[in-house]
Amino acid sequence: MLLEDAQPGPVSLLGSPAASTISGNQAIQLGHKIAVRPHETGEAVIKYGVRIGHATAPIAAGDWIHLHNCASDLDERSNTLEVTTGAPTDTVYE
Amino acid sequence: MNPHGAEIWQGWLRPDGRKGIRNLVLVIYTVECAQFVAHAIAQGEEDVHVIGFPGCYDNAYAIRLMLALARHPNVGAVLSVGLGCEYTQPGRIAEVARASGRPAESFFIQEAGGTSSSIAKGKEIVCSLRERIRAEAVRVPMTLADLTIGCECGGSDGTSGLAGNPVVGRLFDRLVDAGGTAIFEEIVEMIGLKPLLLERAASADARVVLASAYDKAEAYCHAVRQFSASPGNFAGGLTTIEEKSMGAFCKSGTQPIQGVIKVAQQPPHPGLWLMDSVPDAHFMQFGYTNPNDSEGIMDLISGGAQIVLFVTGRGSVIGSPVAPLIKITGNAQTYQRMSEDMDFDASPVLTGGESLDAAANRLLDLVYSVASGQLSKPEAIGHREYFLMYKHQNAPGLKEGCRA
Repeated sequence: MLLEDAQPGPVSLLGSPAASTISGNQAIQLGHKIAVRPHETGEAVIKYGVRIGHATAPIAAGDWIHLHNCASDLDERSNTLEVTTGAPTDTVYE
Repeated sequence: MNPHGAEIWQGWLRPDGRKGIRNLVLVIYTVECAQFVAHAIAQGEEDVHVIGFPGCYDNAYAIRLMLALARHPNVGAVLSVGLGCEYTQPGRIAEVARASGRPAESFFIQEAGGTSSSIAKGKEIVCSLRERIRAEAVRVPMTLADLTIGCECGGSDGTSGLAGNPVVGRLFDRLVDAGGTAIFEEIVEMIGLKPLLLERAASADARVVLASAYDKAEAYCHAVRQFSASPGNFAGGLTTIEEKSMGAFCKSGTQPIQGVIKVAQQPPHPGLWLMDSVPDAHFMQFGYTNPNDSEGIMDLISGGAQIVLFVTGRGSVIGSPVAPLIKITGNAQTYQRMSEDMDFDASPVLTGGESLDAAANRLLDLVYSVASGQLSKPEAIGHREYFLMYKHQNAPGLKEGCRA
């Protein structure tokens, strides 16, 4: 998880047993996640040592992990939300 | 450290033996039509808080919650105000408050004459109730063992599960070690973590009730097609309910979970408790769990929490009646942007500038200060957000499937 907003390029990893830096592929905001290793579609996404969902698209090391490439195993609505704001796209206002 | 000096402070001893950290008069409206008058009565009176129920048809869950607040340890006296048409009876609420030893009055607006005469009558009653509870107040020394603290999180982001909630979890560990009571809720934010939850059960019985509360919550989320994650959570970097759950669950600390209490129920003995606010099956299938943060906070207060810790990574500007809310953020940007509303900055834990233990000590000092009478930020600003809606939860003595 990012402790501050990051631009593409090297990102220091704290508390990780692997490399001490990783190259970020996109701008990623504070609080968001960066992949520390590649994931294939369908593969488990692990945070806090537990499965928080699965990859819905191939994820490269350094990619931003969010609604566009990761989904809950339980919640079917979340991936219809707008990816940066989280705003619903499935509610009718008319 | 603690500007008020000590780990022992002076509280208020209620005739029913409970100990409060505030000495409030509570105004309760029994239908939306009486809400304006109730708030006008409390206007400008800093020790007068307002709660109530908007529905005209009564609801056993809502009545239990209001009665729990009327007998809350921070409440010294009660005025219940109705319009005069509704099912919920203000006189019955006052009777229950009186039976707990608290002075209590009630009236119907239709009998008092209208808006301004009811406000004047209400203000007069509040004045006399206040005089009584000040004159008759019994001060009593309190320690952590006398405290029940609730924790809620809302407006969570990626920092909440790594800083704000873990600091609260560490504080909860200390509170329980000291003989106090800790309540956390939001079972819908434990979705995906059933094995971790059950591992924490204090007993075989606790394991059974935790499993059944968990299963109900997961079935509920599927049934209403809504998991407990908001647009702001996603914008703040949380991607799935499982991820949010891991962060939310941290606030429970590491102590064994004694069991499950329902809304308006006090924990039967000290220790760490999970509160179940999810509706039970009912022929009307009404109610929503955790429709907003204020609802969850009121649920925790109905369990007897004299203080509620509110962890909000993205920031929030709510408070609560009856019990002070202490707002904690683990997001340094949020703390800087919203320091006028935030009581506590947990972000140094994330940057390595402070250990979890040191941050928990700092938070504990703040808890001592607020328990000793210092106003929390939302309390000082005057935030008293309150939310209660129709819901059904099974309760002892209620016939299953009954109207309530």
